[in-house]
Amino acid sequence: MKEKSKVMDKETIRRTLMRLAHEILEKNKTVENLCLVGIRTRGVYLAQRLREYIYEIEKKTIPLGILDITLYRDDLTLVSNQPVVHKTEIDFDITDKDIILVDDVLYTGRTVRCALDALIDFGRPKTIQLVVLIDRGHRELPIRADYVGKNIPTSKKEIVEVRLEEIDNEDTVLILEKDE
Amino acid sequence: MNNKLNWTRKDLLALSELSKEEIELILETASSFKEVSTREIKKVPALRGKTVVNLFYEPSTRTRVSFEIAAKRLSADVINIIADSSSVRKGESLVDTGKNLEALKIDIIVLRHNSSGAAHLLARNVGVSVINAGDGWHEHPTQALLDIFTLKEKFGKIQGLNVTIIGDIAHSRVARSNIWGLTKLKANVCVCAPKELLPQDIEKLGVRATTDIDEALKDADCINVLRMQLERDERSVFPSTLEYFKQYGITQERLKKLKKNILIMHPGPLNRGVEISSEVADGENSLILEQVTNGIAVRMAVLYLVSQAK
Repeated sequence: MKEKSKVMDKETIRRTLMRLAHEILEKNKTVENLCLVGIRTRGVYLAQRLREYIYEIEKKTIPLGILDITLYRDDLTLVSNQPVVHKTEIDFDITDKDIILVDDVLYTGRTVRCALDALIDFGRPKTIQLVVLIDRGHRELPIRADYVGKNIPTSKKEIVEVRLEEIDNEDTVLILEKDE
Repeated sequence: MNNKLNWTRKDLLALSELSKEEIELILETASSFKEVSTREIKKVPALRGKTVVNLFYEPSTRTRVSFEIAAKRLSADVINIIADSSSVRKGESLVDTGKNLEALKIDIIVLRHNSSGAAHLLARNVGVSVINAGDGWHEHPTQALLDIFTLKEKFGKIQGLNVTIIGDIAHSRVARSNIWGLTKLKANVCVCAPKELLPQDIEKLGVRATTDIDEALKDADCINVLRMQLERDERSVFPSTLEYFKQYGITQERLKKLKKNILIMHPGPLNRGVEISSEVADGENSLILEQVTNGIAVRMAVLYLVSQAK
């Protein structure tokens, strides 16, 4: 695996998330009905940051939930690395809420499909809106994001790696290429 | 957290053969599954399209129902076979029954059997997963896992905890599985029973054994009270259930002399007034109903892990 390029650094990630926070508020007009739900693992940290930025702008804290989609995956029998099941923590009622679903990279759309199924098992939200830091294309399902940090055209041989300070000790987005 | 550890066993047969890390992986996975039962829609699709057979050669309500609920909350299809009403009565052997189930393309057999080693025998002879739900006097691994899970939830860790298991140690698969699991996780385990019910060589398993209940309980953080198996003919072993209650029964009186936050577990079903008083069973130190709730999460974790074995 070799590093091909760095597409975002700490400052760009900060500015991008701040812009996304503004876009979410602009579209929804009020924070009263908003809830954030982060998809494990990195979506959770991005959701936490968005919550802070929204607080900076509106001085209101919105609820935050954590979703683990392992049990909803359609490729459980295919993956070579056995996924570890982590906790889902959504301790508020999502019915009639506007849910802001957060993930780091949007690729095939299968993770988001799982997340939608999982969320709908928790109730009937008014809307579900998708925020991603990176959209790298190559969708396999009819799914799109409502808010995109950065569109990055990639080839399928490449891997987009989002590293966040909370678990990776740095804020950066890299494009890696699999060795031939 | 054991992010690196993969579950590789197709079966769960005994805690004696599991590593500390494997036990911890089950507990960790169970704690993720606990939340599913608190949802309005108590179901996830992880075992969709899989068939789980509860094959029970011994009467059991709570273990079977707990496995059935666990499997259903994972979206598996569940078939219950009670040996009494099946071709077992016509003389079919356990292995033949297992092979027939396999030919029906089922995925997991949950086996309860009165012979020690039955689950191992079946697992060796079929390719589908086998989960031991109690075999003779040997082991009852999911019961011990749910006991340990409940303790871990309450105390945060198992290492260094003083756990006293009291009752019919000689005939208890629950005791044996608990001893294996707790000692692997470095708890201090003490077993206590009248000498007729205390196997002589039990200390070889790394536990302290005593017939003196006061000595057994004085430092205990938790008492796991075993069920007196009244359906076995024990009249020759100890004088009467009343006598047992007087000497070994867990009562409020006894608790007063012990650690204030001591916790009481019991695998059920209860014999009130034999091994435990109603006051204790229903009191604030009792974890008995929490054990039942946790049993579902633990069994979901086990069903999930064996079905994902790599």
